[in-house]
Amino acid sequence: MDFDLSDEQKMLAEQARGLLAERTPYDNLRKLIDAGAEWDEPLWRELAEMGFLGANVPEAFGGLGMGELDLGVIQQELGRVNAAVPFFSSIVLAADAIRLAGSEAQKAEWLPKLASGEVVACFASAEGPGPLLGQGAKLDGGRLTGAKHPVADAGVASLAVVQVGDGLALVKLDQAGVTRTRLDSFDQLRPHYRLDFGGAEAEAMPGRGVLELLLDRAAVQAAFEAVGASEACLEMGLAYVKERQMFGRPLAGYQAIKHKLADMAVANEVAKSNAYFAGWAAEASPDDLPAAAAAARLSAIRAFELGARENLQVHGGIGYTFEANCHFYYRRERLLAVNLGNRGYWADRLLEAQPGSQGKAA
Amino acid sequence: MDFTDTPAEAAFRAEARAWLAAHAPAHELPVGIKIPDTEEADRGRAWMRELFDGGWAGLTFPKKLGGRGLSGIEAVIFAEEEGKYHLPKGPFTSIGTGMALPVIAKHGTDEQRARFIEPTLKGEVTWCQLFSEPAAGSDLAALRTKAVRADDGSGDWIVNGQKVWSSWAHLTDWGILVVRTDPTVPKHKGLTFFIVDMKTPGIETRPIRQISGMSEFNETFLTDVRIPDANRIGAEGEGWACCMTVLMGERLGSGAHRSGIEPLIDFAASTPDGRGATMLDDRSVRLALAEALADERGAGHFQARLRTMVSKGENPGALAGMVKLSYAGRQQRALGLAMELRGLDAIAADPTDSFTPDLQYDYIYSTVMRIAGGADEVLRNQIAERVLGMPGEVRMDKDVPFEQLK
Repeated sequence: MDFDLSDEQKMLAEQARGLLAERTPYDNLRKLIDAGAEWDEPLWRELAEMGFLGANVPEAFGGLGMGELDLGVIQQELGRVNAAVPFFSSIVLAADAIRLAGSEAQKAEWLPKLASGEVVACFASAEGPGPLLGQGAKLDGGRLTGAKHPVADAGVASLAVVQVGDGLALVKLDQAGVTRTRLDSFDQLRPHYRLDFGGAEAEAMPGRGVLELLLDRAAVQAAFEAVGASEACLEMGLAYVKERQMFGRPLAGYQAIKHKLADMAVANEVAKSNAYFAGWAAEASPDDLPAAAAAARLSAIRAFELGARENLQVHGGIGYTFEANCHFYYRRERLLAVNLGNRGYWADRLLEAQPGSQGKAA
Repeated sequence: MDFTDTPAEAAFRAEARAWLAAHAPAHELPVGIKIPDTEEADRGRAWMRELFDGGWAGLTFPKKLGGRGLSGIEAVIFAEEEGKYHLPKGPFTSIGTGMALPVIAKHGTDEQRARFIEPTLKGEVTWCQLFSEPAAGSDLAALRTKAVRADDGSGDWIVNGQKVWSSWAHLTDWGILVVRTDPTVPKHKGLTFFIVDMKTPGIETRPIRQISGMSEFNETFLTDVRIPDANRIGAEGEGWACCMTVLMGERLGSGAHRSGIEPLIDFAASTPDGRGATMLDDRSVRLALAEALADERGAGHFQARLRTMVSKGENPGALAGMVKLSYAGRQQRALGLAMELRGLDAIAADPTDSFTPDLQYDYIYSTVMRIAGGADEVLRNQIAERVLGMPGEVRMDKDVPFEQLK
């Protein structure tokens, strides 16, 4: 038993944190929002150069062939700085979907390009209000009809992995049968689109029955992203209350504030521990993955919800200004609470998967 | 990261499992039947003796002091395997091994170690804790029980005062006791640590009638109790350091418990919702139970991370308080929810239902978990100050001689 990251994983985290701290000051996020930018493209290129985009892509397809825990370490750092890059869409979801469901030819065509960052892919499943997996899109004779929305990062993507029923299809976005419409995204650093498919050329992936596995694996990565972001909220709140003077002493000296931050710290550690276990299970113990992923997802949502809200709260009025940095996380938190199925979905998944539990609904 | 056993750990687990299979069943307590506490304590002693004879006592205790000198991970493995049996373990066993022995080992003399360590590991000497007082709980160093030297030149100490929340004090042999020996210095500095034979004249133990209906806690009155100087642990004035050694043991030990949430999930599944399904089909119940389960799993994994730190020689410090803080509140919320989803039957169930009375008791007892061994609020302060580096509380009594405090 060894319940800690390996030395290599700790180094990977430091490397990622070092790069991101230098490259993504909060002022840059403000500039991206003001410019209505699609993404932080220079950062994406640097992540590609570091090899991060190919972290979990098999070496045979141009990646580094690392595990889910390594990918999680990178996701945690991206979450920490609120990075405006399509990593979750293109690498965590689309590349993993192709790896799980694609034919050898599809893997050979797309995985090297995704790993190098040459191609960005998005993942399209929702169809308006309601569940994560919409059921309206139809694939017939290689032609896709229907609408998927919202779809993150579709503006910079040239490829979409589209969920159709219980299967997945590959759709090139630069074609006549596809209309992209940018929506007004609540998370201003992750643009969302509506995709209309009017008989677009689409290629089904042969793998069936992989959706639950894909979402479980992505849930682990979403949990790591939320944990990193939530840790940033705690650090930001802590730095502020230590600095801020109130009634002649630091705000950090008041017990109401201390207890709030202590609760945030506990929630973060619990969520991080679940994420670690789930990242390990994804590789080493697949039978444990469904329950572990659901637990990681639930506790990460809980931790980041607390972190994002209470960080802004302890900042007081300044936290409500665009010049302060709380709002990036306050908005991102709601995205991460819903971008992969909401708490209800993961509660069901956990109760059904927990070993020894009679948690199946009647 | 590896959550599976290494070959050496697997071998240790197999050894533990085989030994337990041969020896534990004979010691198991009956399920669902309350036995008299005197019998429970006797059976606890017998189990400790069995552990000692089998070489499973004092697993992490140094070899030269009679333990096995194993790592924290091996202790975790043994606890996991031992936890599969319903064995007579409780404060009457854990206060000795988890509190008295660490403090005797660290602060005691060779003679004290020789006299107490092995008998305690064997279950021949059991212990209670005489720390808290009516006016000194979370603020333990405010304690008022005092000891003065006897005026007969014997070097003995005469102790007067009152202790409270002393679990099993009526059935244990010895107590660990902290008292004030110097009121002229600030409060933390005037304390001294003793061990006291509970049969000494002048010790009167009265059970406390608790809100649960049980009386496992006591108040203990000490009137002119004579303690030989040989039973002082550490130097005069070193009492607070001894207490810290004890309390560290208490924190790291907390949270080793069976799953608390899973039985509640099954309880919901056995409760009709009046619409042809069960309360486990209720969306809000599902969400609340799943969140509690996720939290419980995460706290368990967090505890495993802390144990990894310990096995690597790092000190988790105040991080250890997070496990207990998370556990106590979660239990109270989840048990309260379980009663609520059951409906009115949760208040007065049919006599054939053995689960609901346990649930009622656990709900009442969850209040203890939030107060004992570091109250929620104290733990939050410690996390804020020692983990997050936030300022300490304003202390009005700092640097003031104890006798000048109000």
